[in-house]
This record gives sequence, structure tokens and C-alpha cells, in this order.
Amino acid sequence: MMDELRELYQEVILDHGKNPRNFRHPEDANREAKGENPMCGDRFMVYLKLKDGVVEDVAFQGRGCAISTASASMMTEVVRGKTEADAKALFETFHDLCTKEDHEHGDHGPVDEEAMERLQVLAGVRQFPVRVKCATLAWHAMSAAIDGEDKASSETKD
Amino acid sequence: MVELTRTRDSDALSYDVERVRADFPVLSRLVHERKGKPGKPLVYLDSGASAHKPRQVIEAMSRFMEEDYSNIHRGVHFLSQRATDRFDAVRGKVARFLNAPSDNTIVFTRSATEAINLVASSYGRTFLKEGDEVILSVMEHHANIVPWQLLQAEKGIVIKVVPVDDEGVFDLDAYAGLLSDRTKFVAITHCSNVLGTVTPAREIARLAHERGVPVLFDGSQAVVHRPVDVQEIDADFYVFTVHKLYGPTGLGVLYGKYELLKKMPPYQGGGDMIEAVSFEGTTFKLPPTRFEAGTPPITEVIGLGAAIDYVESLGREAIAAHEDDLLKYATQQLSQLEGLRILGTAPGKGPIISFTLDGVHPHDIGTIVDQYGVAIRVGRHCAEPLGERFGVGASARASFGLYNTRAEVDALVSSVRAVKEFFGA
Repeated sequence: MMDELRELYQEVILDHGKNPRNFRHPEDANREAKGENPMCGDRFMVYLKLKDGVVEDVAFQGRGCAISTASASMMTEVVRGKTEADAKALFETFHDLCTKEDHEHGDHGPVDEEAMERLQVLAGVRQFPVRVKCATLAWHAMSAAIDGEDKASSETKD
Repeated sequence: MVELTRTRDSDALSYDVERVRADFPVLSRLVHERKGKPGKPLVYLDSGASAHKPRQVIEAMSRFMEEDYSNIHRGVHFLSQRATDRFDAVRGKVARFLNAPSDNTIVFTRSATEAINLVASSYGRTFLKEGDEVILSVMEHHANIVPWQLLQAEKGIVIKVVPVDDEGVFDLDAYAGLLSDRTKFVAITHCSNVLGTVTPAREIARLAHERGVPVLFDGSQAVVHRPVDVQEIDADFYVFTVHKLYGPTGLGVLYGKYELLKKMPPYQGGGDMIEAVSFEGTTFKLPPTRFEAGTPPITEVIGLGAAIDYVESLGREAIAAHEDDLLKYATQQLSQLEGLRILGTAPGKGPIISFTLDGVHPHDIGTIVDQYGVAIRVGRHCAEPLGERFGVGASARASFGLYNTRAEVDALVSSVRAVKEFFGA
């Protein structure tokens, strides 16, 4: 019974949830997008500093549950320094991790294996389908910011 | 079946909740059975979102479909007459349930939401014009906000909002201050789905009526927890939903004073609501039929009749006393948890407890207590402005129904304790 809970709320997640990294608004950010989950009230702003197709800085602010906050925090750590294309490929791969069994994962091109290993702690949401939106919320916002959009709602997509 | 004599007593101690629970098949199921591990008993504390159905309602609906089902108000055949009679009888039952003066003041809708949209659309578009003011409260469910905003966008009406104090008490003075010659409609909840606050309906109506302004009450939570008398509070419109009243989904009720309903144009067009149709012009039936275009949810109406019979067999005062005991006990027990804040402590509130826990997001609370079998609502409860008023984006909510027990309150409290331990909060 409680094993699933421990798997969902691993120490790393509790830590990032309580002490999110890059929880700030960079002054030189040149893209930002809002991620909002109307159902639970989670609301984040994701800020990017893009230069020559590379994510030079990424940070976020807002309020959300432990899962969404931890996922946003970890995202800022793994996306920094990536090209826009690599950041989006990482998101696709992470999305599969949250929603699909291992053998169903699609090929999204070469991804940062080390990053995926770190993100593995969030795979527990697979057992909690209603929480997938929490884990992917900031990622949707990051992806929207790269595309030059100002918001991503998790209401219409996981 | 519950004995009438035993349960008519308004003393909560004589209320046999175990016998009541036996009427609800779902309450005996286990949840989260997996990997060979036994499940946990269901502790259902989400009746404010939707209540479970007693066997009496489920069986009445199946029996109706097996024996008496047919379309209504159409056929000359045996079953059509039979179904029509049974359908129409429930209208009378609902009228008595609300102490409405006559059957023809009761309109069946698809939901409470549709009932409010009906009034906003039919009454609002006909009688309200640019600059007219509609008064709502900050406690409203989105269902009693958005229809008026649609009217605002279309007609340029102005929405005024009555505040609540820190306990969640409706600010009657502020309301009186908002009423003016510009006020043309008032729409207020009778019991908040988040705070549990019961509003002073009679006083709200009296003050509005001094200026000739009609008042709608959203009674979706209120009718479940206490007897409601629409004549005593002098409501012009009163709406509620059936699925929170231990009945089926897909059905709502609109009560309206007949003289108001009579001057309102149809909300939707279709079959059953017309007198005569031609391409030169169509004439409409009188209310309530005027507002019931198309085949209604017939089986669900039969289910509503059974749900009313059920709650009346238990005694509405007895239910209220039982739920009040649960509310007091739960408030007392939860208050002992450090870092737990209850939103809404208005005197005489309904059995609804919304709370936050320092350092833990409500969504995480919900997921963890669910693993203990405890079903609560988390989020914004379709009342975003209220969350903002109390400075919280989201909250957790336990809502009690006629089948809940003190032992279930204990289960809630110990599962919230587990959340605190888990997060070190």
C-alpha cells in the first residue's frame, strides 16, 4: 500500500518540493510562459533566457504541489545549457516516462541519458494518473516558452 | 428499509447510522486492492462533490426501466400514461419537499448549473439591460458566477460582489450597502460548497424585495443538509442539483414563483414545450412545461422521487442533527493538528470542512489520504474567487453526508497525521 506512496514521494522529490532550485525571476529572461492547472490551482511561470538557440538560463516561480514543484525544479537543472531542440526532446522522453510503460517509450532522438536517470524519480506518477499533469506542468510551460507562446494549460493535455 | 418511527426522532443519538450505511452498496467496498494486498475500507468524505445512492434509489430507477418506462406526455398507450403519471407525481413531491405553493412552480433541468443558466438567460436577457446591477457573493460556485458574466458580456450588466468576513460569514451590512436603484437581480448561495456558510436567506430576500428585486438562491448544498422552505425564505428562484441529494446525475431543479416564470420566455426550443407549431409562428405552453424542451431525464426524475422519499424517511431534522454532530467532532479533532487551518468557521455552518496544512499542498494531502482509503476533494472547488479571498490557491475539503460516522472522522484525522509525518510538516 504505502510502497507506491514512497515511490511517488521519494526523498529527492520531497527535497526539491520544499527547496526548489532556480526559484527566481531572472532579469535577463527573454521568454516566459505560464503553466496552469485549473483543477488543482497549480500555477507556475517559467522563465527562459534563450541565446542562439540555446537555453542559457531557466528558472520558475509560482505555487504548486510537491510533485509539480519538484518536477519544475529538476527541469530547470537538466534543461540549462541545452539547445531548444534537445530541451524539447528531453521533454518528450520525460513525458513518456510519466505516462507509459518502459517498452512503450517512443524514440525522440538522442537525449541526455544522465538527465533522464535523474528524472527517473518522477516515474512514480505513472501509478497515479491524475498526478501526471502535476509532473509535466512546468515542462509544458517551458516548451511553450521556447515556441514563443505565453501560456500552456495542462487542462487539455497531460 | 429504515423504520420511520425509529428515525423520525430528531435526537442524533437515536439515528442508526449503521442501518443507514447498509442501504448504500458502495460503502461496503474496498479500495486500492492490488498486488495481492487487501484493500482499505472506503471512507467517503466527498459527498459535497457528489453523494452516493441508496439501494432504494438504484432499485426505483431499475424497476421503473423494467416495468413502467416509456416516453412521457406523448403517447396514448398504457406505458406512456403510466410513465407520465409517475413523472408528474415527482413534481408534486419536489414541491412539497421545498414547501413550494404549487406543482407548476417546479421546473426540471439537466443540472443546477442549467437551472441558473435558464434564469440568467430567460429572465436576465429579457428584463436586464446595460448598467443594471446583479449582486452575487464571493462564495459563489462558478455555476453562479459564469452565467452572469455571459450576461455581462452580452448586455453590459454590472456584477457586484458581497464579501465575507474572516470566519466566512456573509456580510449582510455590505450587502445592504450594495443594494440600490440600479440593482435588478440578486443571486446568492444558500450554503457555500467550500466554507459551509449558510447565508441568511430570508434577510437577503427581504432586503432585495424592499426594492422590488428578485432573488435566486443556489441551494445545491443547502437542501442536502437541512429542511428548506422556499415560501418561508420568500425565494423568487431556488435551484438545486439532484446528485448531491443521493439521487442520480443529469437532473436539476428550478423553483420559481409562478408569476415570474409566467412572464419569462422559453430558454430552449423543442418538443413538449409548445402549444402549436407552424412556420408562421409558434405558441408556447405555460410553465413549467415551457422550460422543459425535449425528452427530460425521465428515469432520473423517478430516482429523485425515491431520493426524497429516502431522506424524508430518515427525517431531515435527524439527518441535520447527525451531520452537525460529525461537523463538531471533526472540527474539534482536526483543530488539534498543528499547522492545520480550517477555512470557514461561521456559526451554524453546514457539514463541510475545507482546510490547508502548513507546508503541504492540498493535492499531495489528497493523494496520500486516498492511499488510506479516505476520499476527499482537493483543489479550488469551482470557487476560485473565494480561494483568493482567503489567500489560498487550493484547499482540501472533507464533506459529510447522512451515512458518515465518527469512526470515519477518526480515519480522516489519522490519515492527515500520516501526511504530516510524511512531509515532516
